[in-house]
Amino acid sequence: MDFLPNIIFGLLLIVGIGFFARNIGRLKSVIALGRPEDRGDQSGKRWAQMARIALGQSKMVVRPIAGIMHIIVYLGFIIINIEVLEIILDGLLGTHRIFAPLGKVYDVLIGTFEILALLVILAVVIFWIRRNVIRLKRFVTPEMKGWPKRDADYILYIEVVLMALFLTMNGADYQLQQLQVADYIQAGSFPVSQFLSPFLEGMSAESLVLLERTAWWLHITGILFFLNYLYYSKHLHILLAFPNTYYGSLEPKGKFNNLEAVTKEVKLMMDPTADPFAAPPADAPVPEKFGASDIMDLKWIQLLNAYTCTECGRCTSECPANQTGKKLSPRAIMMATRDRAEEVGKNILQNKGSFTPDGKQLLDDHISREELWACTSCNACVEACPVSIDPLSIIMDMRQYLVMEKSEAPTELNVMMTNIENNGAPWPFNQMDRLNWKNEN
Amino acid sequence: MSDTLQVPTMAEMMAQGKEPEILFWVGCSGSFDDRAKKITKAFVRILNKAGINFAVLGTEESCSGDPAKRAGNEFLFQMQAMTNIQVLNGYNIKKIVTTCPHCFNTLKNEYPGLGGNYQVLHHTSFLKQLLEEGKIGLEGGSYKGKRITYHDPCYLGRANGIFEAPRELIRKLDAELVEMKSCKQRGLCCGAGGAQMFKEPEKGDKDVNIERTEQALETQPDIIAAACPFCNTMMTDGVKGKEKEQSIKVVDVAELIADAEDL
Repeated sequence: MDFLPNIIFGLLLIVGIGFFARNIGRLKSVIALGRPEDRGDQSGKRWAQMARIALGQSKMVVRPIAGIMHIIVYLGFIIINIEVLEIILDGLLGTHRIFAPLGKVYDVLIGTFEILALLVILAVVIFWIRRNVIRLKRFVTPEMKGWPKRDADYILYIEVVLMALFLTMNGADYQLQQLQVADYIQAGSFPVSQFLSPFLEGMSAESLVLLERTAWWLHITGILFFLNYLYYSKHLHILLAFPNTYYGSLEPKGKFNNLEAVTKEVKLMMDPTADPFAAPPADAPVPEKFGASDIMDLKWIQLLNAYTCTECGRCTSECPANQTGKKLSPRAIMMATRDRAEEVGKNILQNKGSFTPDGKQLLDDHISREELWACTSCNACVEACPVSIDPLSIIMDMRQYLVMEKSEAPTELNVMMTNIENNGAPWPFNQMDRLNWKNEN
Repeated sequence: MSDTLQVPTMAEMMAQGKEPEILFWVGCSGSFDDRAKKITKAFVRILNKAGINFAVLGTEESCSGDPAKRAGNEFLFQMQAMTNIQVLNGYNIKKIVTTCPHCFNTLKNEYPGLGGNYQVLHHTSFLKQLLEEGKIGLEGGSYKGKRITYHDPCYLGRANGIFEAPRELIRKLDAELVEMKSCKQRGLCCGAGGAQMFKEPEKGDKDVNIERTEQALETQPDIIAAACPFCNTMMTDGVKGKEKEQSIKVVDVAELIADAEDL
């Protein structure tokens, strides 16, 4: 019976990590629905980009207040995870504070964790106030109603609870160390949780052990719960920010892809030796659809972008269309893409591996034309994103579908394009008059 | 004002067996829009003064395809691009300068994949080079102490990382360069990009160019400097909308320099 806690702990760990792994597998298969695009080149530059933007948080500090607090929470979570390693080892081996023999180093570690935990709580409280009391504009836009709003708050609550449990566990441990209760060896320093002493001093050793054990178990269970919550939440960014910045574009922002299928067509048209009546070979593949009307038409990187988005809204707050009251919000584009990807993913699961048309698509059912045509392609959203998401590329792919597959551009744009076709300028001027300015005064 | 502009075409050059150092890509706006034509001419005056061996395509130039591509018409874009590339390669063009950031971006970034490989410069970068080489001087002094705010064109700044060249030119004019609250990487669009120039905006509270003009007016400028014919149109309209056209001018960086040089 002595091993019962160890076995329970092992099972908890297997279930927690196993369920998470299953969901990550599902996530990968949905992202794989996207069209191929090579983003594996120039690995040196890519690692550097990831180190700078994800690890180094370089884009976060463009807005210093949110940026610095985010770094606190980020560092807090990464560094406190060293403690999680100890908890896991203790849980599996039935030990208590297995790293304690590190002595002074251990004291410094635990002390640091405690200070970070306190800072995390402070930062999270400020984040909560920004969302719920100050109600910053980017947190209360139409797309942030309902689940996205609750999701954001839940994350903050979970973080406070986890940190509070960690500090409670240490506070009780510290008392037990003072009382020299067996197994509670003298280890660690408790610069924050020692201030819990006034609340704990009157408690018996048994109650303290119960409190310490309860906090310990809830803390690790909470961490496993949080890990599994990620998949259902915008909070996935804490993992996906890394691959997303690695695979992020290395090109100048103004450079849009040239469609290869179109290049072949145009070359054929311009080739004087091409036979205009030639029938395509019998085994010629069906021509690829131009642009995107659903998530399967997007590239895998655009789907990864959608899952990486943590709905911070920096893109939307920088968007000229959104700033002037238009319906377009780059964040809503990313959220809609993820929603549709989820919908398609569930459809595939329910239909044993193949997608059954559901009469819906990304265009019109999730993203309206009004949004797509309001974009100035200024790249402010791409620049603003702290994790290299490119909402503009989705907008452009969907415009491409509307124009090339459906011929449904706004009338004025059709006029502009007809002008280019007829006279090589977006306005109805004769190409032969192009140099007239030379002799005008 | 100098008397006549020297604007040789590539066809004329070729007939004389000559090859210019650089092609000036004028762009549709610079060729046809009355306001933008003034920018074109100001730039040519600088080129003439500096003795630059350049030529234009003239009637052989055609739309770069940028507005078609941003509107979603990849086919039309590539038709334009490949036709232009045939002309450019036919003349053995190596280096291009243009006064339009949209043409600049497309020629520089999107033409290479279609077989058009050139060194492409925006005119502000080119003018900065001329200044550094001592081919132009800015002793005019008429801008001394004037407050000038510079509006970053998206396709020059954010899209291609060129923020400093136009600013250095303005500073060299002895003018006081004042920045708007959104500038450089975070510069606000004028509202014309992505083919918006050719359509009415979607429903909203305000037009983008008004928002941007308000940001510019906050700096209390004497002059709003732009480096893109479309931005110029949008900001000029914005200033008119605010009834400030008597006191605040919207000018291209090339015009500032031509003016300082008393051209």
